[in-house]
Amino acid sequence: MTEIQIPSSIRNLEQVQSVRTPIRMEYTFTPGVAAQTYLREFGNKKILGNVSPVDGAILVPPRGADPRYGVLCDEFVEMPHTGHVGSFCVTNVPIPGRELELPYISAWIFLDGADIGFLNLVAECPPEECRIGMRVEAVWKPDDEIGMTAENILYWRPTGEPDLPFDEAGVRGWHVRKHGDSDA
Amino acid sequence: MNPEDRLSAPLVLEYPFTRTTGPVIGAFMTGLREKVLLGIKRKDGSVLLPPTEYDPETSEDLTEMVEIGQSGEVTTWTWVQEPRDQSPWNSPHALAMILLDGADTPFIHAVLVDNADLMRTGMRVSIKWKEETEGHIQDIEGFIPEGNGND
Repeated sequence: MTEIQIPSSIRNLEQVQSVRTPIRMEYTFTPGVAAQTYLREFGNKKILGNVSPVDGAILVPPRGADPRYGVLCDEFVEMPHTGHVGSFCVTNVPIPGRELELPYISAWIFLDGADIGFLNLVAECPPEECRIGMRVEAVWKPDDEIGMTAENILYWRPTGEPDLPFDEAGVRGWHVRKHGDSDA
Repeated sequence: MNPEDRLSAPLVLEYPFTRTTGPVIGAFMTGLREKVLLGIKRKDGSVLLPPTEYDPETSEDLTEMVEIGQSGEVTTWTWVQEPRDQSPWNSPHALAMILLDGADTPFIHAVLVDNADLMRTGMRVSIKWKEETEGHIQDIEGFIPEGNGND
């Protein structure tokens, strides 16, 4: 590395090696119609999905559109509170601002009947026992603490039922489940 | 949906970044801690402030850091009547490009005066340090008109 010449006034002092550059942005989040519908029912311990008008695929959480085709989705369907782990990650390194006890498991949860997954926590399961295809169920907060918030579900825990075959788990199952395609 | 029925919630996005500074910015920050301003010399003898590791035009390595003056001239400015919540300053102030004595590039900082009538392009200002410095750009509280009893 090139030698930097520093004036004598600071030459023999301990040099600054890092600087804090925190970033903070404050938004007001106003959900759209689909997210509002979802959140209101989530506050009643119901999980809604959108049904694609193109091929019947079920998208959870509902976003009001099928992004594959760019079409509106205005049909909602109530989902079960059970599903499987499509893929997962075990976190062993703490992240500033996240107060979860280490290690913890983040997983893509695919609800039964859903065609896409969403990211959530898996607990009551040692990390080494977590696996793709493992069946899980929602653990909700106590009823008097339920609100219109993603925090309603504390985590997902194994049900102990037999796993989904690996080839049918998560997005791998997409082609198996393909809707309205006679070649499937 | 009626507007009054619409859901709405605060959403805060926050990253607690710490940036490693390297030898040039590190020396600049060290200077701030010691209440000294350091620029860096280009081949043609002109001085960049704040200093960079590379010449912005030729990409050559720059290595010679030099101490520059703590007073200078406002080359352009704007008035901030209502600072935002996250501004380092919580009262009205100017944001100015200030060309310090011995530097060839102006840099942006606050000029701390009570109202915009006290500002003009070309005015002389000098640095006002915070009492406690730590090696951060906010060790400079701002600039005040020269000859206003700043030490």
